[in-house]
Amino acid sequence: MKHLFLRAFIWGISLLGLLLVVAGCSLQTSPIADPKGPIALMERDLLYTAFFIMLIVVIPVFIMVFWFAWRYRAKGGSGEYKPEWSKSRTIEVFVWSIPTVIIIALGYLVWTYSHLLDPYKKIAAPENTINVQVIAQDWKWLFIYPELGIASVNELAFPADKAISLKLTSDTVMNSFLIPALGGQIYAMAGMTTQLNLQANEPGRFRGRNTQYSGDGYSMQFFDAVAMTTQEFEDWVANVKAQSKPLSTVTYNELAKPSIEHDVEFFSWVKPGLFEEVLKKYARRPAPTLRRHTPPPTQTNCEGNKPC
Amino acid sequence: MLGRLGFDSLPFYSPVAFGGASVTVLGGLAVFVLVTYFGKWRYFWEEWLTSLDHKRIGIMYIVLALIMLVRGFVDALMMRAQQAIALNNNGYLAPEHFDQVFSSHGTIMIFFMAMPFLTGLVNIVVPQQIGARDVAFPFMNSISLWLTAAGAALVMVSLVIGKFSTAGWTGYPPYSGALYSPGVGVDYWVWAVLISGIGSTMTGINFIVTIIKCRTPSMRLMQMPLFTWTILCTSALMAFAFPALTVVTAMLALDRVLEFHFFTNALGGNMMNYVNLFWIWGHPEVYILILPAFGVYSEVTATFSQKRLFGYKSLVYATAAITILSFSVWLHHFFTMGSGPNVNAVFGMATMIIAVPTGVKIFDWVFTMYKGRIIFHPSMLFTIGFLITFVIGGVSGVLLAIPPADFLMHNSTFLVAHFHNVLIPGAVFGYFAGFQYWFPKAVGFKLNKKWGVRSFWFWIIGFYVAFMPLYALGFLGMTRRMERYELAEWQPYLMVAALGALFVLMGIICQGMQLYVSIRDRDREQNMDVTGDPYNGRTLEWQTSSPPAEYNFAKIPEVRELDAFWDMKQRGVAYAPQAPYEDIHLPRNTGIGVFLGGLGFLLGFAVTWYIWWLVALCFIGILTCLIVRASQDHTFEIIPAAEIEAHETARFKALAEHKQAPGDFWS
Repeated sequence: MKHLFLRAFIWGISLLGLLLVVAGCSLQTSPIADPKGPIALMERDLLYTAFFIMLIVVIPVFIMVFWFAWRYRAKGGSGEYKPEWSKSRTIEVFVWSIPTVIIIALGYLVWTYSHLLDPYKKIAAPENTINVQVIAQDWKWLFIYPELGIASVNELAFPADKAISLKLTSDTVMNSFLIPALGGQIYAMAGMTTQLNLQANEPGRFRGRNTQYSGDGYSMQFFDAVAMTTQEFEDWVANVKAQSKPLSTVTYNELAKPSIEHDVEFFSWVKPGLFEEVLKKYARRPAPTLRRHTPPPTQTNCEGNKPC
Repeated sequence: MLGRLGFDSLPFYSPVAFGGASVTVLGGLAVFVLVTYFGKWRYFWEEWLTSLDHKRIGIMYIVLALIMLVRGFVDALMMRAQQAIALNNNGYLAPEHFDQVFSSHGTIMIFFMAMPFLTGLVNIVVPQQIGARDVAFPFMNSISLWLTAAGAALVMVSLVIGKFSTAGWTGYPPYSGALYSPGVGVDYWVWAVLISGIGSTMTGINFIVTIIKCRTPSMRLMQMPLFTWTILCTSALMAFAFPALTVVTAMLALDRVLEFHFFTNALGGNMMNYVNLFWIWGHPEVYILILPAFGVYSEVTATFSQKRLFGYKSLVYATAAITILSFSVWLHHFFTMGSGPNVNAVFGMATMIIAVPTGVKIFDWVFTMYKGRIIFHPSMLFTIGFLITFVIGGVSGVLLAIPPADFLMHNSTFLVAHFHNVLIPGAVFGYFAGFQYWFPKAVGFKLNKKWGVRSFWFWIIGFYVAFMPLYALGFLGMTRRMERYELAEWQPYLMVAALGALFVLMGIICQGMQLYVSIRDRDREQNMDVTGDPYNGRTLEWQTSSPPAEYNFAKIPEVRELDAFWDMKQRGVAYAPQAPYEDIHLPRNTGIGVFLGGLGFLLGFAVTWYIWWLVALCFIGILTCLIVRASQDHTFEIIPAAEIEAHETARFKALAEHKQAPGDFWS
């Protein structure tokens, strides 16, 4: 049995090692290990910090398990045998206090960073922020730019030097909005709004998707978030406006019908208040707002069903 | 007449679905034919199905769990195979089919593999550990079993008639509402979960009362074995958490069938109410699954380190702390809901606090090994595998408990890897350890060690190979539940994960071989457990014979300290003559539990297919069963003292003749 034990153990370890090497190589290009925006970077660093703090407990456990299992094995072990030994105040104090101290440290991080990285918190001043209204549909994402009066499907373009402030709802089942390289994640729910504020460090194209299972087209419900230079963004807006495809209630209802792998699509004009219309469609009674407290009043324009 | 049920409900629309249905039907037929051929129906009915003996009920629970483990694992293999090939193509499963597979995998593994497995172990072991002859409510115990089986049967039937839910094992609305999931799938899920959940609530109540009221009078609370302590806590969790699940699934059923608007998009419904209620059950459920395994590990570590359990009091307090805290963390399953930072931070910190008692437990087991003499019985191997692996799952859990970090990882394969990393080592390995450990106690012969060791190595290696790539995929931005994907860099990881699933398959095959070989060689002398104490055990269940007599203990044992049986052996009174014997009252077998389970199944089936006359009939039937049972006068039978004396004398004689001293199996 000992041989099998050893052989299988060596096999397992070497397989794992191989796996780790492969993983380490390709992970350098991962959107989470190599984030492209300040929010995602802070979230990643928080993840890493917490991980390293926890190694304080994890590594001793690993060492002790293997060491004790070897040293105190019944056949051939060299450790002394004390069958009645079962209490030690010193050890008890350590095993309760060390995890407690670590959790207090992590708790401090949780409190601070939950507030710092609140998805509702505005990142930049209003003049440096692009507001986008996001509507989750089956199985695509509609992005409305209320200030520009345009909209796009499955492409979220924004200037890289500005923050984006997203206001989300759903015109179908619950969706969850995530751009891993930029960080953050928030649910989109019908009849309710949620908010998410993100920023990119530099121009680039980042994959975003719905992470909440929503039916047949779910797996292909992804989009690209494209951070552009100011010039590129102006060109993009001009191009969208040249499409001469309006998003009225009629065309919206057509768009909202389920479709899988919907192509990128642009709308040169959006009916004002369309987002609120979608929101109110589900609320014969006033739409319940999940969020009771109002974020700091950096918001300049009053919109939607929110009193101001 | 038959509601929504018609010929188009049969699975002739897809070869894969047809294959699944055929295996189910043929499997059922094979069992039927075999039992008929051997003429065993009467035996099964009288000795097993109608039995109120907690040990037999326990064994039936575990048989159910093992069957469902295989079914749930086939689902897992299908998913891993699909994802390994589905880069920019549809693979071999249509989206709707893949979605049924992941929904049934989760539902089966949680409700119909893990729950029956742990309930089976509890049933076999707890009454013996506390020196009791039975559980507090043996008839209710039988109802619990058959309601669980009814739920499992509903899931299995969905393979053959109609389709299963595509809404995942959590069934989040509004997707699971009638508007977005109009078929019968979600109804199958709702009724399977609802009916078996009622069984679990009753199990919880049953074992709280059993442990509090039926202990041998001399056993104080702080002398209860740790497994019993964890089961007391688990039972409390079951009794308090499962009603939330019953209520929330009933509300979803009302939404679906009677057009209520609890969780719909429109008319003031709010899906987050469902999500909150679901996880108010769902998080304690995690501890319902894990605490019994923690109890097993405590017993196994002490026995196979041949040493007292280190830090018994710490372990008890840690278990109790986990029990209470588990009700205060449910919101961490949806930090992304958009609740404010204060709410998120409080729930994040509450979650982390659970890591403290859990960490303490790990250290206590490690220090139990310290200065012991460790025997690598398969159950000890599973325990050591757990200690190492669970720590990794704990770390990823604490990471996910940090709200801003969770924003990156929520709904990703990192999350999938995390909860498999806590539930496989934390729960399943524990059940396997318990299975290996208590198997001789339950049936009277030992499990083959060699195949047990092999299955362990396949399981642990398979686990790492299958789930470490999913952690990495989380970093690569892959979300869960995708039946196809467009990014080529994900594929190598998914292929490795599929390989891992094959390793686990080998592990399961080894377990099958272990059972086969052990049953085949059960009459060989070295495989018989004549003494009832094959490992030189410490707790009371090793005092009974293997398998125990119907009444467990001819004389209620006298407990003096924590490791009661160990202490008796030290004092030389473990096998002291017990005459004079007295009559023992035990519950008489009854088929009403089986009927109630059958009616529960029919009721669920009828509501699923809108066969309303059958629903009415089922209600009448259930009521009739309850009235019949309530008016029975002779629900107990008496085992006369003479019979007990004959039985016990024979046992002591066998003990005296047997060459092995108790526990000598290992020396």
